[in-house]
Amino acid sequence: MRNVNIKYRVAKSKSIQIIIVLLAFIVILPLLAIILYIFKEGATKINWTFLTKIPKPVGEAGGGIVNALLGSAIIVFVASIIAIPIGIFTGIYLSENKTSKLAYWSRLSVDILQGVPSIVIGIVVYFWLVKPFGTFSSLSGSAALAIMMLPILIRSTEETLKMIPFSLKEAGLALGLPYHKVILKVIVPCGVSGILSGVILSIARIAGETAPLLFTAFGNPYLSYNILKPMHSLPLLIFNYATSPYDDWHNLAWGAALILLTTVLLLNIITKLTTKRWNVQL
Amino acid sequence: MERPVIKSVNFNAFFGTNHVVKNVNIEIPKHNAIAVMGPSGCGKTTYLRCINRLHELTDGATSNGEMLLNGEEVYGMHPIFARLKIGMVFQRPNPFPNLSIYDNVIAGYKLNGLKLSKAEKDNIVEQSLTKAALWNEVKDSIHKKGTFLSGGQQQRLCIARAIAMEPEVLLLDEPTSALDPISTSSIEELFHDLKKNYTLIVVTHNMQQAARVSDKTAFFYMGELVEYDDTKTMFTNPKDTRTQNYITGRFS
Repeated sequence: MRNVNIKYRVAKSKSIQIIIVLLAFIVILPLLAIILYIFKEGATKINWTFLTKIPKPVGEAGGGIVNALLGSAIIVFVASIIAIPIGIFTGIYLSENKTSKLAYWSRLSVDILQGVPSIVIGIVVYFWLVKPFGTFSSLSGSAALAIMMLPILIRSTEETLKMIPFSLKEAGLALGLPYHKVILKVIVPCGVSGILSGVILSIARIAGETAPLLFTAFGNPYLSYNILKPMHSLPLLIFNYATSPYDDWHNLAWGAALILLTTVLLLNIITKLTTKRWNVQL
Repeated sequence: MERPVIKSVNFNAFFGTNHVVKNVNIEIPKHNAIAVMGPSGCGKTTYLRCINRLHELTDGATSNGEMLLNGEEVYGMHPIFARLKIGMVFQRPNPFPNLSIYDNVIAGYKLNGLKLSKAEKDNIVEQSLTKAALWNEVKDSIHKKGTFLSGGQQQRLCIARAIAMEPEVLLLDEPTSALDPISTSSIEELFHDLKKNYTLIVVTHNMQQAARVSDKTAFFYMGELVEYDDTKTMFTNPKDTRTQNYITGRFS
């Protein structure tokens, strides 16, 4: 046997292990820093008035962000209604048709769409929906966000359904089920956890988008429920108020940032829980 | 002689240009257990999947010739109708993992949207599970997920799911090859009861199994139906030398 230096090997292995653990830890730091900082700045700004009143004009103290809160909720909700059916059905199509031409082009488009800058999507929707109708509207903002949701929805649905074993589809067909029922009642229910987590992640992804809303939903200093009219949202409010010169508005922006961050964190946690809760043991 | 349940005349099946089932002529009598045996790649599974038209689901898979179910052309009816009449059990147990044992048994009704009263459902579930020799083992956990069962129990659950639809023919594609010997023997025993009500077509590459469970045996080799006869005759006095070589273990 050749003379090998075991001590040297063990030390080398140990040091590499330490480096890996350290690097893994460093990844957590930026997120922790952001969360702590936003909590420090934002937590004191949130109170009942903050959550239930609309902003006051410059110079008056107090005021809240209820218009942006509700606006964000409505815009994201409408975006989900538009995007979820399209995304899930496209995902089903892609998982079922691995080799067709349409699937190839559709998959390519989804990949490219994922990389299209959000501001570009905003501009396109501006020319499609805002200019022809002559007014900024929350609906056009929802449309822009819906386009941004699609790639995540489609990909997560496709990847989830691809994992469902072919034997289950055969089992369904052999029982005399029509194809669409096999898909909707066997394949989709087995992949429900993956599809749901895709839905929630895509919502979390767009909840904080600002750029596509700048020239679609536009913003609105008052409370509005009309999706055909301009509407405020949290990211827009943060963008406008944080760049303003007034301390009161800075405070509102910090509070709004905290709420947005918490929402996104919660959505991510819910995703983890749904994956566990709805997971079907294949 | 009574009219055969399944009859193939000059039946061929292809994957693209690959001719995998060659000119098969066979008549399968009612309420019998037929073993289809042969070495790997001989076309036996493909032939089986042609009977309930699962073969055509594969890209590029085609077939021609006659395939008659009670004298009616299977390829002339809607595949759903054919599959309701011809149930199938697969090589690996594949219960629906999102459904309970109970719902798995009535899956053919439930997922098809066929309405049944609670009493009818209970009755079908108990009858089917009893016929599949699983009722006593699962009656207390009937609303648990089917995937918690052992492999052999899962396979019997799949048999129950198939016979719940009251098919005329039950196709079994190497139903015990993924199971341990004890589960295998319990499923083989089951065949003796099942053939009273159904016609069983069992694909197997296990000759002992073919000899144990079947009334008639079909031997496939290189896509051809080489020999089809009473199992006893086949194993004691094969007519074709290829059959003889196979059952004496000279090739496999």
